[in-house]
Amino acid sequence: MKILVCIKQVPDMEGKFQIDADGIWYSEEDLAWRMNEYDGYAVEQAVRLREQVGAAADLTVLSIGPDRVREAMKKAMAMGCDRGVHIKDNDAFRKDPFEIASLIAAFAGGKGFDVIFTGMQSQDRGSGQVGVLLAEMLGIPAVTTIVHFEFADGTLQVKRELEGGTKSVVRMKTPALVTCQLGLNTPRYPTLPNILQARKKELLSLEPSDLAKTEARLTTEKMYFPEKKGGMVLEGEPDKLADQLLAILREKTLVLR
Amino acid sequence: MKALLVGEYRDGKVLASTYELVAFAEKIGAQAAMVVIAGKESVPKFDGRLHLADAAKHGEYNPDVHKKLIQEAVNRENPDMVVLAHSSYGWDLAPRLAVALGAAQISEVVGYADGAFVVPACNAKMRRNLKSKTPVTVVTLQSGAFTLDGDPEGAPAIEPLDTPDAASTIEFVGYEAAQKSDVDLSRAEVIVSAGRGIGKKDNVEMIAKLADAIGGQLGASRPVVDSEWVDHSRQVGTTGQTVSPKLYIACGISGAIQHLAGMKKSEFVVAINTDPDAPISEIADVMVLADLTQFVPVLTEKLKVM
Ligand SMILES: Cc1cc2nc3c(=O)[nH]c(=O)nc-3n(C[C@H](O)[C@H](O)[C@H](O)COP(=O)(O)OP(=O)(O)OC[C@H]3O[C@@H](n4cnc5c(N)ncnc54)[C@H](O)[C@@H]3O)c2cc1C
Ligand SMILES: Nc1ncnc2c1ncn2[C@@H]1O[C@H](COP(=O)(O)O)[C@@H](O)[C@H]1O
Repeated sequence: MKILVCIKQVPDMEGKFQIDADGIWYSEEDLAWRMNEYDGYAVEQAVRLREQVGAAADLTVLSIGPDRVREAMKKAMAMGCDRGVHIKDNDAFRKDPFEIASLIAAFAGGKGFDVIFTGMQSQDRGSGQVGVLLAEMLGIPAVTTIVHFEFADGTLQVKRELEGGTKSVVRMKTPALVTCQLGLNTPRYPTLPNILQARKKELLSLEPSDLAKTEARLTTEKMYFPEKKGGMVLEGEPDKLADQLLAILREKTLVLR
Repeated sequence: MKALLVGEYRDGKVLASTYELVAFAEKIGAQAAMVVIAGKESVPKFDGRLHLADAAKHGEYNPDVHKKLIQEAVNRENPDMVVLAHSSYGWDLAPRLAVALGAAQISEVVGYADGAFVVPACNAKMRRNLKSKTPVTVVTLQSGAFTLDGDPEGAPAIEPLDTPDAASTIEFVGYEAAQKSDVDLSRAEVIVSAGRGIGKKDNVEMIAKLADAIGGQLGASRPVVDSEWVDHSRQVGTTGQTVSPKLYIACGISGAIQHLAGMKKSEFVVAINTDPDAPISEIADVMVLADLTQFVPVLTEKLKVM
């Protein structure tokens, strides 16, 4: 069984963001990078499937982006992916979801992947498109926002999460793609021996031009910070802060009596 | 500008998000028609053409079948925009339509001005303005971003819709009901919620003590529930409970849209957070910039002696 998991490296969302010189994306300065949260669940599920199937399984992790994304790929390999495919693209952030999906489809097409895992969305762009676009391009079924995954006899049975906590149970034959939601599983921490072992695994590097010519369907006019409601901001030493807050609550709400 | 709105129906009901599509079309001044796969007994209130496929025949949501039906409605209407809710239905279906129509897709739209769609980025810390380069554009709307002023009204002109080709590779097995909640947060006057910023399970106790001291209930964001630090019955948000207390104190919660959707009707919101740019600051009445592990115990002590 051939398995593919697609991951994106994104900034830590608690970082201090700044707009870049072009005004259409964030500046990469002073940010810490990590694997997109949703993709962590995708990698974990892919590794579990790989373990379930055993020796007959082969698990590839793929990421598009500049050299820094290899860090996230190494983590995925330390978690249990067998090999990595890095599509080296310093301009990946300018590409829209359609272009990203086209590149992955160009790589994955005809390679016979039985199960493809992606995250439900990327934390920085949050479009939630790449997984389904990829499946449509490859002509395989896709199920989004899964919170439960089972595989037996060439069939996947998964649960999709709907609003309000209801779930929808669906079934399909492989090849198929699923997009992974929070809470699907608890991603493992790579152990030191696995981290060391992962360094020896194959990490292939490709150029986008080796794969496909893509053309954007979207343009970004600008990126900016939203206006705030203008609530009060309190700062300082805890004891004083607490007094200030209590005074405000006494004045503005009726809950402190 | 012509918009085709894709209404949403599940388990016998037209969903409220359908009317947010109508509000969007009104707001941008688009001429709107609607398509929905629904039961004949539950037709959206809408003044305009409604392409209606029968849910009794086509069953619950199936992406392949719905894609074909909506494509047929697109052929009839020839719209500039196909509009869906950014919901489990919309984000699943929209990219499929985009591929089928050779269209650009813009996800989670919160605004529209001068031909540009406004979308959030980086967990809603920032915004982007996007333009489409394709003749047809598929858009999904963030829940709550566009709302009707009054109750929905109107009587649609129904055009029956069907497809001969209802083959699908995806089989619907059934629904699994949401976990029953034994805690009803919807009536609580005060809620103190723990987010991932509490750092570890042991700190739940600290937030629970604050909730106790102020006479409120403990709530939680999803990651705290997913990690099993707090029971699901206390989760606030789109996949948890919707609450509207007099006071909501968010401890170490960034304020992602799915969390805000569950608590933004709170009368007064206090956020305790180390990050001044956390999106919760957009709706907080008071933003306390502090490490909660230092601040919360102090606040709790003061409340106890009051
Ligand atoms: C379909 C879907 C449905 C979802 N449904 C829900 C839902 O129902 N409810 C929900 O909550 N989420 C839901 N989510 C998840 C949501 O998108 C966010 O991931 C989640 O709300 C983030 O939780 P958080 O704010 O606790 O964590 P984070 O986003 O990680 O934020 C932690 C915050 O704590 C702050 N912090 C860190 N350390 C400290 C400290 N020492 N002192 C003070 N502050 C600190 C940080 O600055 C940060 O702002 C859903 C997501 C999807 C895709
Ligand atoms: N640059 C990328 N490289 C590899 N996979 C990606 C990339 N961007 C997005 N993906 C995958 O597509 C999913 C959805 O991304 P998005 O459509 O950007 O929200 C992510 O969770 C990843 O699994």
